Amino acid sequence: MSGIEKACYHCALPVPPGAHYLVEIDREPREMCCRGCQAVAQTIVDNGLTDYYRHRTSMPAAGHEVVPEEVQKLALYDHPGIQKSFVRQEGDHVREASLILEGITCAACIWLNERHLKQLPGILQVQVNYATHRARVSWDEQVIHLSKILEEIQLLGYNAHPFNAERQEGLRRQRRAKDLRRIAIAGLSAGQVMMLAVALYAGAAVGIEASTASLLRWASLILTLPVVFYAALPFYHSAWNALRGRRLNMDVPVALAVVGAFIGSVWSTSRGSGVVYYDAITMFSLFLLSSRFLEHAAQEKSVEAAENLLKLAPAMAIRVEQDGQHLPVPVMELGEGDTILSKPGEAIAADAEVIEGMSTVDEALLTGESRPVPKSAGARVIAGSINLEGPLLLRVTSVGENTVLAGIVRLLDRAVAEKPRLAQLADRVAGHFTIGLLVLAVVVGATWWWLEPGRAFEVVLAMLVVTCPCALSLAAPTAFAAAGSHLLRHGILLTRGHALETMAKVNHVVFDKTGTLTYGKPVLRRIVTFTELGEPQCLMLAASLEQASEHPLAQSFLSRVTQAELAQVQDARNLPGKGVSGTIAGLRYSVGSAAMSGLPLVELPGDLPEGATQVWLCDAQRALAVFVISDGLRPQARELVERLKTAGVRITMLSGDALEAVAHVATEIGIESWHAAQRPENKLAKLQEFQQRGDVVAMVGDGVNDAPVLAGADVSIAMGGGTQVARASSDIVLLSENLLDIQRALQAGHDSMAVMRQNFAWAIVYNLLALPFAALGMVPPWLASIGMSASSLVVVLNAMRLR
Amino acid sequence: MTQILFFLLGMAVVMVIIAGAGIFWAIKSGQFDDMEGPAQRILMDDDDPLIPRYADSLRKK
Repeated sequence: MSGIEKACYHCALPVPPGAHYLVEIDREPREMCCRGCQAVAQTIVDNGLTDYYRHRTSMPAAGHEVVPEEVQKLALYDHPGIQKSFVRQEGDHVREASLILEGITCAACIWLNERHLKQLPGILQVQVNYATHRARVSWDEQVIHLSKILEEIQLLGYNAHPFNAERQEGLRRQRRAKDLRRIAIAGLSAGQVMMLAVALYAGAAVGIEASTASLLRWASLILTLPVVFYAALPFYHSAWNALRGRRLNMDVPVALAVVGAFIGSVWSTSRGSGVVYYDAITMFSLFLLSSRFLEHAAQEKSVEAAENLLKLAPAMAIRVEQDGQHLPVPVMELGEGDTILSKPGEAIAADAEVIEGMSTVDEALLTGESRPVPKSAGARVIAGSINLEGPLLLRVTSVGENTVLAGIVRLLDRAVAEKPRLAQLADRVAGHFTIGLLVLAVVVGATWWWLEPGRAFEVVLAMLVVTCPCALSLAAPTAFAAAGSHLLRHGILLTRGHALETMAKVNHVVFDKTGTLTYGKPVLRRIVTFTELGEPQCLMLAASLEQASEHPLAQSFLSRVTQAELAQVQDARNLPGKGVSGTIAGLRYSVGSAAMSGLPLVELPGDLPEGATQVWLCDAQRALAVFVISDGLRPQARELVERLKTAGVRITMLSGDALEAVAHVATEIGIESWHAAQRPENKLAKLQEFQQRGDVVAMVGDGVNDAPVLAGADVSIAMGGGTQVARASSDIVLLSENLLDIQRALQAGHDSMAVMRQNFAWAIVYNLLALPFAALGMVPPWLASIGMSASSLVVVLNAMRLR
Repeated sequence: MTQILFFLLGMAVVMVIIAGAGIFWAIKSGQFDDMEGPAQRILMDDDDPLIPRYADSLRKK
């Protein structure tokens, strides 16, 4: 790419040569890259929201024009039957709904949306949650409709989808509130009890009246009650559940320590002599509750973000009416026997039977099988599976709201349930540890009972408290929570538990080219025709064929023609990695790579730009035209490659594109190992070759054709703007779209593993050192509780370094 | 000595109860739902009106 290209003022993509889209912002004309960005910028300026450009800290996605067709689609949201599922009625005209905002990149985006909506008449309240990108809007039905609100958001260049907040979010909010209440109780108690404990320690050192000491102990006892009987309840629950299932988990020793220490302390308090552990109980509960809360919060954020992505799955389907018209309808309105059209790259809206068309379908979300399944007339398809190749005409066989839900639930479960292997290890270690400890406690107790019965209880208690595996139980969750929230703050979303752990081992990164190293927004730069057909006709033919394709190149054709110009295409076939063919007005055409048509090549003019992709339009006999398309490199690509190289990571680029285009990009950013013209199966074979050599491979991709490769890699990274299939089959999603974040994720993997290892080492060493002294009765009570708190604190602080 | 301690400890317990009630109320009213928003919101200039204030006052007259 040449350096003289200007960047779009709105979205920072390069402005294509010859484009002339100006908007006056802050009294200066600014250049935009397309009509979409121009329209968005104009809306922002017209509404007096230019402050957005001053405050923003990252670039939005390129704007797109709101076409009447989309507005029509939005009108469906005003239908009372559809609103039932996500709109709450408050009073006669007041409605409230929750919306997922798509396209938020920084705080200024949220400001922009809030402020613009607040200006609209009839809007009563707007509140956008910064963490989840979800908005709660309430409006007066008499003045404004939901479709208008959604349209206004689209005018600003964002997308809003209503969703049902009650079901998942309601539950989550309740649980979060409960957790927070427990932490608050533990925190308040810990503060007071610690204060009194200091007085008692000081008294033990310089002398204190017995009556005063007793008073302080009773006060501590009262302040500890809410912790033991309320805040620590989750530990008991989890421990009880584990014991009932004949397992031992981390919470068994935790619950044992809390209850044991409390009973012992109450006994000492009532006797007026002996040791109290109130401070240790409250402090430890506070630490453990907070670190689990943070871990939960990070995980929930990931789940919510994943949900936001999945919500883009079909809420609407294209129904083919009796008169052949294509009508967008909400999935909820589909009935058995309806005919719907499924486009490649989109999820199928309902369980259905194929009437017409041939394609392959990815059912990985439902079956776990990542290989595409071929489907032709008569075959059955499952709702939520993803159509990969060609358009399909389907007859709906069954409907139900579990269409998208199945996918959501799968992704959710996977994210939440898949604990990192190290955390599981911690649970196992805790199990062995607890058994060992209990056996030892019995032995030590019996020995002391035999030697000095008066001290037996006290010594056993001190031993249980000192060796309480708090540090061990905190080691993994704190590290994981800290690293997860650190990454999320930079727009890196972990969707599977093992992602961080595997990232730490990665020594080979494989990139896709289009959409990953480049923007994936190719621009049609030139058309060369070879026959009597002129440029406009060739463009129309190519664009009509490309309708059936999900390949990023397709958009560059479609954006150049209006919907009305497109011709009807019959029997469209999408060959991934090659192109599309179809019949228009009785003639067979193909558009795609030079190899696709199998026709002899035509000599090209010599002045074509280097590194550009050539797309050939052919009929059955000859080549009609060649389209020259090129794509902008992401600016961080070169730096990322450099950084990865210095980190000693091997880099390979696998692309389905033509040799010259790939070679050009490879030399541009300094990748030595690359393979061009790779079809998905070739890519997967290459990947497996690397893995057999012993490499741990991270695959970065974005497109439909990357999905099998992403699924096959040890750890996979998808761009946030990529297709749904790619995101669904990946472990990490780069919401930020910033390539350097790949290196950040690698680094975070290394760091968190290092911290986990340090934490484990510390916890084990501490326990091994403390145990013999405690068993010998040599640990004074104050040292036991300080040791217990300090060992946890060290682990927590060590993990906080990751943030 | 002991009397004042009784008083102070009682005060401490009462304060904890008040603080706890305050936090429970804050949690219930949704103040902890969005931990990042307020920090960002304060930085944005929301207060320059699109229609100058004097125009507004003219209209009222």
